[in-house]
Amino acid sequence: MAEKPTDEEILAGLAEIVEEVAGVEADEVTAEKSFVDDLDIDSLSMVEIAVQAEDRFEVKIPDAELANLKTVGDAVTYVSKNA
Amino acid sequence: MTALRIATGVPGTRILGIGSAQPENVVTNDDLSKIMDTNDEWIRERVGIVERRFAGEKDTVVSMAVEAGSKAIAAAGLTPADLDTVIVANCTTIAPIPNAAAQVADLIGIKAAGGFDLNAACAGFCYALGVASDLVRSGSSKRALVIGSEKLSDIVDPTDRSTAIIFADAAGAAVVGPSDEPGIGPVAWGTAGDLVDMIGMTEERNIYQEGQSVFRWATTKIAPIAMQALDLAGLKPSDIDVLIPHQANLRIVEAIAKKLRKEGAREDMVVADDIVTSGNTSSASVPMAMDHMRAAGRIHSGDVALLIGFGAGLSYAGQVVVCP
Ligand SMILES: CC(C)(COP(=O)(O)OP(=O)(O)OC[C@H]1O[C@@H](n2cnc3c(N)ncnc32)[C@H](O)[C@@H]1OP(=O)(O)O)[C@@H](O)C(=O)NCCC(=O)NCCS
Repeated sequence: MAEKPTDEEILAGLAEIVEEVAGVEADEVTAEKSFVDDLDIDSLSMVEIAVQAEDRFEVKIPDAELANLKTVGDAVTYVSKNA
Repeated sequence: MTALRIATGVPGTRILGIGSAQPENVVTNDDLSKIMDTNDEWIRERVGIVERRFAGEKDTVVSMAVEAGSKAIAAAGLTPADLDTVIVANCTTIAPIPNAAAQVADLIGIKAAGGFDLNAACAGFCYALGVASDLVRSGSSKRALVIGSEKLSDIVDPTDRSTAIIFADAAGAAVVGPSDEPGIGPVAWGTAGDLVDMIGMTEERNIYQEGQSVFRWATTKIAPIAMQALDLAGLKPSDIDVLIPHQANLRIVEAIAKKLRKEGAREDMVVADDIVTSGNTSSASVPMAMDHMRAAGRIHSGDVALLIGFGAGLSYAGQVVVCP
């Protein structure tokens, strides 16, 4: 990606990825939602989401970092800081 | 100096027969939840296993290999005298000497067999199949017995829920022989040495793994190796009738199948799911899955199967074969 994506773009991109990996409707994927408790996404699906997010936003999301990304908003912030 | 003579090779090789062996003792997820903090639902969702089998006192890497190997020889319509080579892929024998292959050759009755063990962990069978195919093709061996046999219950802490729910015991075997039409494609193999610590053994000789990192590697790096194996055989994803990845975790198997379908593999491609009732049996999983699918009528003689093994090392190997 040539220009740094806005938070809205990151959120929209993550929502598409979550829909493709976990079958959760993209509309459901909003910043305050918890991946595990609200979206029912488990740790292995999180790995798949991270892999796709890495490709899409040109960031590195190490496995050790995944546990810290509790909400969709956490992931947006992480990508925004590191992209 | 006179030039040395070399063996006369054959145009191609194929699998002539397959067989497998499992211990009798079936262990369900509910059985495991009595000895550790786990449950049926979690195991089914996270790894796809419903039940697996653990070896009893009498079952060893050698005894299971002998049973699977004998069945493969019979399925090929051959007798032990028709073979001259035995390779036993395994990573779980406790004593490295005598090697399993020499014992298996002796117990099956393959006289003066060239015999050796091969350790490439869960990729072991596909490595050994590649080696055996090249031995036969070059004329070094007339027919070879290739076995993956593992007693993982010997190297798993039975109370460690990160491994005890996954690994199990079994053997699978194939007889490789000459063929005018090639029935075993070139092997695509390698190691990812930078990930060497992802799966290993503790000082107490128990297996450990970095589950999520292994999952990430397997779901991203194995499909491209499978594509490489296809390419080496001159085939396209749409040519695959049967996909038999190492039965590590059903979600890894499904992720590999999904990636290959994106590359053009057919929706009706049959995908091995033997892990559901057999667990992860390391080097035994690929040939056993093939044998179980054949017995269940899910694959047929002449089907094009893509095999791909991966595991500790991290090591991987895959090839295309024509089902016997
Ligand atoms: C091993 C594996 C199943 C573990 O799954 P995971 O999701 O990574 O497990 P984690 O350790 O991160 O635990 C996730 C959650 O499940 C729980 N959990 C872990 N193991 C559990 C078990 N056996 N039973 C029930 N719950 C379990 C944890 O407590 C944790 O819960 P929490 O988030 O509320 O704390 C998974 O990583 C895997 O299969 N990886 C691939 C390994 C593989 O295929 N190896 C063979 C290669 S040959």
